[in-house]
Amino acid sequence: MKSKGSIFLAVVLFALMSACGGGSGEKEKKGKFAPPPKAKPMTYEEAKADWKNQKGLGPVKSIDLGEVESELAKKGEKIYVLKCTACHAPDKEKLGPAPKGIMDRRTPEWVMNMILNPEEMAMKDPIGRGLLMKYNTVMANQGLTEEDARAVLEYFRTL
Amino acid sequence: MKSLNFIFTLLIIASVFFYSGCGNGSENGTGGAMSYSNAAEKVYVAPGEYDEYYAFFSGGFSGQVTVHGLPSGRLLKTIPVFSVDGEKGYGFNEETKPMLMTTFGFVPWDDSHHPKLSLTKGEHDGNFLFINGNNTPRIARIDLTTFETTEIIQIPNTAGLHGSPYPTENTEYLLAATRFSVPTPQKDVPIDSYKENFKGTFTFISGGQEPGEMDIAFQILVPGYDYDKANSGKGPSHGWAFFTSYNVEQANTLKEKNASQYDKDYIAAVNWKKAEEYIAQGKFHEWPSEYYHNYYDEKTHMATATKKKGVKVLIPSECPGLVYYLPAPKSPHGVDVNPTGEYIVANGKLSADLTVHSFAKMIAAIEAEKFDDVIDGIPVLNFDAILAGVVESGGLGPLHTEFDGRGNGYTSFFISSEVVKWSLETYEVIDRHPAYYSIGHLSIPGGGTMKPWEDGKYLIALNKITKDRYLPTGPELAHSAQLFDISGEKMELLLDFPTMGEPHYVEGILASKIIDRQVKFYLLEENEHPHRTLIEADTKVIRKGNEVHIYGTLIRSHIAPDNIEGIKVGDKVFWHITNLEQDWDVPHGFAIMGANNAELLIMPGQTETLLWEPKTEGIYPFYCTDFCSALHQEMQGYVRVSARNANTKMKWRLDEEVFGE
Repeated sequence: MKSKGSIFLAVVLFALMSACGGGSGEKEKKGKFAPPPKAKPMTYEEAKADWKNQKGLGPVKSIDLGEVESELAKKGEKIYVLKCTACHAPDKEKLGPAPKGIMDRRTPEWVMNMILNPEEMAMKDPIGRGLLMKYNTVMANQGLTEEDARAVLEYFRTL
Repeated sequence: MKSLNFIFTLLIIASVFFYSGCGNGSENGTGGAMSYSNAAEKVYVAPGEYDEYYAFFSGGFSGQVTVHGLPSGRLLKTIPVFSVDGEKGYGFNEETKPMLMTTFGFVPWDDSHHPKLSLTKGEHDGNFLFINGNNTPRIARIDLTTFETTEIIQIPNTAGLHGSPYPTENTEYLLAATRFSVPTPQKDVPIDSYKENFKGTFTFISGGQEPGEMDIAFQILVPGYDYDKANSGKGPSHGWAFFTSYNVEQANTLKEKNASQYDKDYIAAVNWKKAEEYIAQGKFHEWPSEYYHNYYDEKTHMATATKKKGVKVLIPSECPGLVYYLPAPKSPHGVDVNPTGEYIVANGKLSADLTVHSFAKMIAAIEAEKFDDVIDGIPVLNFDAILAGVVESGGLGPLHTEFDGRGNGYTSFFISSEVVKWSLETYEVIDRHPAYYSIGHLSIPGGGTMKPWEDGKYLIALNKITKDRYLPTGPELAHSAQLFDISGEKMELLLDFPTMGEPHYVEGILASKIIDRQVKFYLLEENEHPHRTLIEADTKVIRKGNEVHIYGTLIRSHIAPDNIEGIKVGDKVFWHITNLEQDWDVPHGFAIMGANNAELLIMPGQTETLLWEPKTEGIYPFYCTDFCSALHQEMQGYVRVSARNANTKMKWRLDEEVFGE
């Protein structure tokens, strides 16, 4: 009886408040910090072991790689030097990991999504989050276009 | 018993609920005389939501511009214009110092008055904001893609640039008038030779729509009165400009009394199309006047100050039909033209009534030569011949009028501290509302143009006195504006909000007109700063005698280089710092201990330079001031400063990499 009474009270209170047009009737806001999905997320270690299936989060869904295109790789190197070398040396760890050998541990989609969408990757992608813990910093979004990121990927393939 | 308790609880909740209003509106007596609950809803902008309007407020004697959102009144940005600003390094860094150059040298402060938005076809186009510096006559351009001051032009032969920078219908010109007549050109004369030696000028500034091209198109030499405000014609009156004057008495001392002797002063009506003809015919005098033109280039991220010489001056007695005087009641202040361009409102600032002149009647009076007098070649038109109507206001001290799109004028009354709404059709007062306190300008977004935004939804009162409206803060109190809803028959006071400096005037524009053209960051590839460093590998330190140039970079979360040795006491050290970020909202600050100027605040892709002159030996830390990332506190470095005669080698490093001599 007591609990039914308080439920009723809560319902009346709710109805009164929402009748006023404020408070609880507010439309849901989209934001970066949406609640995590129900399923238990993969750990960093699990995701690394499963890297061939990890495409990351972002605009790039599927990439077919053919032979290395040297012109595209040269363009990618220029972009890399200008936008990335403050934190990444090509073949040794600087502030972030070296891209040398990255094609043996990440999918091309994952690489491009990491370049294009680093904030969300650091928050939600299991490998991205693991790298955040390892390197203590969210990679800077350097404003590359998808075309730029594709060229940088091609350069990585030559390392 | 339990159910009785429950009903009782419910009753309490219900009564609290109804008492607190729920939008029913209870009259609150704290000086607003309105229904506050409704007002709260109208000015509430929910977290994460945007305001409907940008409002550009004059920073008054701060010399700056502040950007607020309407209807919330929230402060969005302070744009440094005429005064140095340590927060942004404006006027302190090497790039922006040239912006404040004048023929008087570097002038680091001014008194900013009238923000005016650029016009195309008589409507706000959202391209630029202009504002005048009253003390050392200057006009600045603010680019509305970056909200930065990008150009400042000095106005020569002028003292007290008050009536400015009102644009013409397509921003063909910006108007400027001299508030304090002075010997023109300047010379050393006794002050009591005022009537003989002192003159006023009107200046027409070209290049308003062309960045980097602002220039003095021509000046008009006029009798030595005080010229107060200006405004442009529009529609039928396009091609004309209007300037109010006071002190037709030509007093030069105790003007409070001596400049208020006559019943009438004048509005000067200038036919600037005629002026263009006279200029084309060569009927001008070339004066060797000097002035500065300062331009900030967004590619080089640097300002250049250029001293210019020579202006074209027209003299009314040699140019018939160029200027006419329209009599106006004693000591008028504002002069305002309604959206159709037919009515010209200028009121005696000590009077009760509003005087409305007709442009059509003015033209007819000129054609019929209904002149009462001629002063220095300027015909004075007959007052009754040009009068369209008089509004018996019941107020006192009318200053400025703006308009909605429904045929109403709104006039501020300083002495009786109120806004009066009146009809341009019947000249009758429709409504009045007190302003708290002593209103100067008022502004309706677009209310000075041919098309007020949303036909006039809001009115902003710019008040000169705050008194008891806010928590007291010692002798100096907050300055304040008030927002009214004018969409209905009666004006409704919605909000008081504090502003910076004296909020002299404001212009509002619908946010959708400029929101999409915002620059988010500067592209590194387009950075043409002569001291840019685009990649970390190019950071370096170069000594040239006593000058040391440090080429550094910033990116989350390190400064390169971060250890520098070999600086000596007495060196002039130039820190040329480039922000390598290419993302929105990632500025980095840069500060070093003991710097005698300010910090740098560098936008992504931008290069700025701080001059540092260390005076004692030791180790000096430097760091990023703008919290940029989780490891912002780690974003720091050291400089070693050695004695002048020490032989410390020049070297710099980042992590394991050491460079140097």
